[in-house]
Amino acid sequence: MSHTIDVDGDLVTRVEGHGSIVVNVDEGELETCEWQVVESPRYFESMLVGRSFRESHHVTSRICAICSVSHTIASLQATEAAMGVSVSEQDRRLRKLALYGETLQSHVLHLGYLALPDLVGEKSVLPLAETHPDELETVIDLHRLGNELTEVVTGRSVHAQRLLPGGFSQLPEERELETLLDRLLNSWDAVAELADLLAVLADELPAFERETEYISLTHPEEYAFTEGTIYSSDVGEIPVSDYRDVANEYVVEHSTAKFARHERDSYMVGALARFNNNAEQLAPRAADIADRFGLDAPVHNPYLNNVAQLVEVAHLLAESVRLIEALLADGLAPQSNYHVPEIDPTAGRGIGAIEVPRGVLFHEYAYDDAGEVTEANCVIPTNQNHGNIQRDMETLVPTIVEQPEDDVKHTLEMLVRAYDPCISCSTHYLDVEFVGEVA
Amino acid sequence: MSDASTPSDGDGRRPRDRPRVAFFDFTGCEGDQLQVINLEDRLLDLVEVVEVVSFREAMTDHSDDYEIAFVEGGVATGHDERRLTQIRKNADVVVALGSCAAFGGINALRNDQDFETVKERVYGEDADSITSYPTARPIGDVIAVDYEIPGCPIDREEFVQAVTALVNGAEPSIPNYPVCLECKFEENTCAFERGETCLGPITRGGCSATCVSAGTHCWGCRGMVDHPNEDAYTDVLEAQGLTTEEVIEEYQLYWGWQREQRTVADGGNRPVADDEQRPLGDGGDR
Repeated sequence: MSHTIDVDGDLVTRVEGHGSIVVNVDEGELETCEWQVVESPRYFESMLVGRSFRESHHVTSRICAICSVSHTIASLQATEAAMGVSVSEQDRRLRKLALYGETLQSHVLHLGYLALPDLVGEKSVLPLAETHPDELETVIDLHRLGNELTEVVTGRSVHAQRLLPGGFSQLPEERELETLLDRLLNSWDAVAELADLLAVLADELPAFERETEYISLTHPEEYAFTEGTIYSSDVGEIPVSDYRDVANEYVVEHSTAKFARHERDSYMVGALARFNNNAEQLAPRAADIADRFGLDAPVHNPYLNNVAQLVEVAHLLAESVRLIEALLADGLAPQSNYHVPEIDPTAGRGIGAIEVPRGVLFHEYAYDDAGEVTEANCVIPTNQNHGNIQRDMETLVPTIVEQPEDDVKHTLEMLVRAYDPCISCSTHYLDVEFVGEVA
Repeated sequence: MSDASTPSDGDGRRPRDRPRVAFFDFTGCEGDQLQVINLEDRLLDLVEVVEVVSFREAMTDHSDDYEIAFVEGGVATGHDERRLTQIRKNADVVVALGSCAAFGGINALRNDQDFETVKERVYGEDADSITSYPTARPIGDVIAVDYEIPGCPIDREEFVQAVTALVNGAEPSIPNYPVCLECKFEENTCAFERGETCLGPITRGGCSATCVSAGTHCWGCRGMVDHPNEDAYTDVLEAQGLTTEEVIEEYQLYWGWQREQRTVADGGNRPVADDEQRPLGDGGDR
């Protein structure tokens, strides 16, 4: 039973379409299969040129609001590496806490606001207020908790202010950390409820597998987020200084967003890549959730990235508890409420590499001896995943072309959503349109 | 709120009791929509008074039938421009959400850089394949805008107040006093007294001096007050022996577009000739 499927995201006439799937099947033969991403260029790497080292992180925070703390921290690391600035153990812990808060917020936004409505057959999170009020309350509560973590540490959750080269302009008060600790310790029921909800979703996920190269950071002592070296499931550890060889960016004809490849045609970054590379370092509560979902590294089904995010939600909560307990046990070193870490600008080049919600993020800057940027390079996670989405589609589509077009469309949309492509860094609204006749 | 995401019934004119509201994002970081989501459970109160028909960060449904459009982000491509024109046709009220939409914001930081150099820095040998306008512009340069809610990101309370006003048929009001006034109420130590330069004296207030309160200084993210020379907090500037123009030049992060406007003689609207604003290639579309 051969038929023709033409899935076409028409970017010109579709008002929200910035990411499109184009699939052309003619008489059962796959003719075209493209993941098209058109980004609206913002030119941050050029904007940075000529800016002071005290502004770089402020500018790059605006690359993406959902990952604004992530970009800020990667930026600070690059600046500090370029100028040989060291950051205290306390401040490194606080930065980690801020990043955990943001990642929590981002994962819950994806799981709760985007995946959950699909699961219960709604088009948005809003109708859940009537149909699933308790579940929605759980989701909102966890989302708020992620934001609170970031707010307590950095002053606000979107485009944080307190993070500076060399440290913090201001520190949280210990009583704020104590309150936060209570909130975290009381959050485990909410995590269990979210896991119950997604347990239903997991059964609906397609049983599609395609092994690829998984790239993340890795660290000998912890499930890496803010520190570590690059790790490839194909070749093992790679120094951060070689990041350009890893995120080997290239331009494809059908997209303006850059694609990336390393050892193979494509690789995957994000929660599932981190899980595959570092699963043995998960907190026990997170490992329990992985067990419950049968997630056993290495996992080759990209749809399970959602489940890996849930596992990380538990890990981040547990690690945040551990970090706050350590900070309180040591006591916060007093400092001014308008602290400006002293830095003598020097010419140099530095790289920041951290794990952010959607995968590994690199910022690299060169400064002149006045402390002004002469060159900048930012490699964002979503662009590293584009090639992998493309290869997944090429493998998946031939196995499902005989299905009704609505099913093909749904399966492909779910695939892209599983990668949780960053809505502002690069790809936008997924738009799929059938224009051809289907038998 | 059971029909919060129900599309129009086809004729687009069914009886309604709540204004239909749509959110759109253009070239930007989407932080202003995130601030709306970050209202957390108050978002549910919001949808008691308005019907959200389009909000990409939080819903998969979309309808072109709405009265109020909140537009985030700036204009960088021909595609942006055409979408925006259509939104203006669909909406009774257009609100610019955030600084990129309202006055150019950080996107315009590249506006005084040579565009060929800008493209080459970011895309290298593939620069020729990139189509976008040579400068980033606020939405008000393309369509008529009814109200602006500035900020990077917007202040959540200011957004709630603006929605409340619109629902009640009133005009949202945005302050035209400088950040310094609020900074005094926050009892912050003045950044100038700490030896830093601060944009508070000429930046539009309404943020509770959030950045100074966080231990830094004002970066100007809410844009200039309406008339910097008259509306500025001159006490501070005079004490520091600074002029408005000197402070405007000190930081350029958010004011690329506004500075261009100020350089145009007699307060003209466009900083460059029309033909310079035409897209390269097909302007970002495919």
